Amino acid sequence: MSAVMITRKVTRKWEKLPGKNTFCCDGRVMMARQKGVFYLTLFLIIGTCSLFFAFECPYLAVHLSPAIPVFAVLLFVFVMAMLLRTSFSDPGVLPRALPEEANFIEMEIEAANGNVLAGQRPPPRIKNVQINNQIVKLKYCYTCKIFRPPRASHCSICDNCVDRFDHHCPWVGNCVGKRNYRYFYLFTLSLSLLTIYIFAFDIVHVVLREYRNVFEHVVSLTPHCTVLEVLVCFFTLWSVVGLTGFHTYLISLNQTTNEDIKGSWSGKNRVQNPYSHKNIIENCCEVLCGPTYPSVLDRRGVMLEDSTSPNPSDASTHKSSNPVSQTTVRQHFL
Amino acid sequence: MSYCHDPLNFKCQITNSYPHFHNLQELHHSASLATKVFIQRDYSDSTICKFQTKFPAELDSRIERSLFEETVKTLNCYYGEAEKIGGQSYLEGCLACATAYIIFLCMETRYEKILKKISMYIQEQNEKIYAPRGLLLTDPIERGMRVVSFANTWDVFLSVGTTLKELCTIYKL
Repeated sequence: MSAVMITRKVTRKWEKLPGKNTFCCDGRVMMARQKGVFYLTLFLIIGTCSLFFAFECPYLAVHLSPAIPVFAVLLFVFVMAMLLRTSFSDPGVLPRALPEEANFIEMEIEAANGNVLAGQRPPPRIKNVQINNQIVKLKYCYTCKIFRPPRASHCSICDNCVDRFDHHCPWVGNCVGKRNYRYFYLFTLSLSLLTIYIFAFDIVHVVLREYRNVFEHVVSLTPHCTVLEVLVCFFTLWSVVGLTGFHTYLISLNQTTNEDIKGSWSGKNRVQNPYSHKNIIENCCEVLCGPTYPSVLDRRGVMLEDSTSPNPSDASTHKSSNPVSQTTVRQHFL
Repeated sequence: MSYCHDPLNFKCQITNSYPHFHNLQELHHSASLATKVFIQRDYSDSTICKFQTKFPAELDSRIERSLFEETVKTLNCYYGEAEKIGGQSYLEGCLACATAYIIFLCMETRYEKILKKISMYIQEQNEKIYAPRGLLLTDPIERGMRVVSFANTWDVFLSVGTTLKELCTIYKL
């Protein structure tokens, strides 16, 4: 008896995920839907750096030191790596509750609320937990049908609950959450350094050129691109350096942008941040040197569907019936 | 973490005998776990991954409390080890940062290695402890690390058994 295998395109779980994300590279890349501002970021960074490498670097390498362009290249590569890592990775999206879990939670809520009289509004769905001697309220998410873990929040743009939600950044085209916060911070930090670096060497270049012009009685105009670079860097500096400073402040206090905006731990009613270690070094270490959390959103797992192919091999049956334990762990990388 | 030992050295008695049902009432009673039971997260130690060790009432007739607590505590131990911020995590973080995190394309992170160990441990626990009692423990990673769920594997047997008995009664077999 010969086995008949009907080959069909494998459906991966990312194709059926709820939420407003876009996926690329067969589920490996995950971004928000609106990517226009992200393309602008890419254009500004790559454009400015290209002009710098094309026009300033040859002059500076010859007249000052070849280390200048080398360091600029390294910094540029680092900035791009951090940007792409922030933009393409799962920020820490919490998958929605499956029906059984949602029903279980509903039963728990009904049991906790008791009998609600007809016409009366049911009490708000809140769970109180104690974290480091502080009562923290966990809110129920009606979209995801879960009680949000502490520090998680629902992003309305991506329509997902994100763990340790910081903010949704249109410049990187993704949410910033638990899994990609450190890449976001390193991106802003390295971009600040790159901007300052380019700005400084543009000024140096202009000064050197004008000095040579004056000394050698040569008239030549400062290239237009240098002026363009200086303008871009000048305006970028204020925003990016400011942002880096703000996030450095948040990291030292172990707070998220979301908590800061809402004033969750502003100190009124003696409410203090229960997540802070009360030590700046420890807070920084936890945020920047903590473990790399896995993605709990199974994007690349194979969808379990009714198989029409008779006599599947043992290996493929095992894989299709139990995809998560074998294949998912390695796929929690990005 | 007061309770922590290497779970790979943990030995348990393997009982391969399935419970023997004298009548259908016993089967109904034992299959009272009609829906899945979910063990929620314990947030008392901040946001680290830790599950509640409180024994749920629904599992009362199905498994011994000590076995259940052992499983959950071992899982908590594994997750605690994965999320520990110490020398190894700093080294990994600094090395990765120095290579612009490109090294993670070729190297497995410590967390991923521990997740694999957890997966194997759960498989082992299912084979040795939970399957003989008609339960199935699911890996928390499949539920967004929110819950550990126990499913009843005897729902299928119950529905088949009930149908057969009814058929026998109808046809007076």
